[in-house]
Amino acid sequence: MIRSHTATGGDAIPSRGSLDDATLLVAETGAPPAGLPAQAHRVMDLCLPGVLSVSEVAYHLQLPGAVVKVIVSKLIDSGHLIARAPYAPLAGQHDENFLRQVLDALQKL
Amino acid sequence: MPYKSSDRYVPPGARSVKIVVLGPFAVGKTTFVGTVSEIRPMRTEEEMTQAGRLVDDLEDLRGKTTTTVAMDFGRLTLTDDIVLYLFGTPGQHRFRGMVRSLMEGALGGLVLVDTRRIADSSDAIDLLEEAGLPYTVAINHFDGAPRYAESDLRDSLSMPDHRPLVGLDARMFSSAKQGLIVLVSDILAHFRPEPAR
Repeated sequence: MIRSHTATGGDAIPSRGSLDDATLLVAETGAPPAGLPAQAHRVMDLCLPGVLSVSEVAYHLQLPGAVVKVIVSKLIDSGHLIARAPYAPLAGQHDENFLRQVLDALQKL
Repeated sequence: MPYKSSDRYVPPGARSVKIVVLGPFAVGKTTFVGTVSEIRPMRTEEEMTQAGRLVDDLEDLRGKTTTTVAMDFGRLTLTDDIVLYLFGTPGQHRFRGMVRSLMEGALGGLVLVDTRRIADSSDAIDLLEEAGLPYTVAINHFDGAPRYAESDLRDSLSMPDHRPLVGLDARMFSSAKQGLIVLVSDILAHFRPEPAR
């Protein structure tokens, strides 16, 4: 079956090498989970109602992180999930604003 | 599973950011992550090969001797756009494969120290220096543990002068949070924006 959805765009990460424990997973609602292997189906059942990180998926499904990364990578490649990599600071004005937001929010908590 | 779906998910448009919490066994990493986390802190077991490298493929899990190392993590929703993840893991050299992989893409690190065994936190400092990741060292004050002058602590830890050193109580939210504030403030203070092109 050829899927009409592929994980593309700035934040999409098709290779498992760059999957982070803090990567957020967004389910692609247009790609039905029907027919997926059991574990992949469980991942989709968990991710369809909302956004979660790779590490939370591992915890909720009681699977080792390394196993979840392999399953998730395949789901990204098949267009079922979109990966949103964690913010990592690079030199730039936008990043400074982001860091200030983090700091302000921490101070207000 | 005993979780409420209402507090399970993060805001749909959020971006994540991560901070690693390192230090030796029983230094308070689990406590720290649990104190700061808005959700019940979670723990996963990570498989490592004997080479000290995190396995990154199912194939690697077969036919090789692996050890597991626990990783605690917690979450703090800062705004509708930003979710902070905290990962606590042993900072010893023998776990360096896992620690390096966790440090990748992190904002910075917080190293916890118990003054009864200061030297046990040196490995974590070495790993962060080696990775070039900004970090703050936090003395987790245990009841009855000795207190030392800052200069003595810096000497014992072989800590560069420019890295912040703070004291905190990992059991108290406001105190634990202060460690994160010092870390992020320091990252901002040393932030060098690229000149406009």
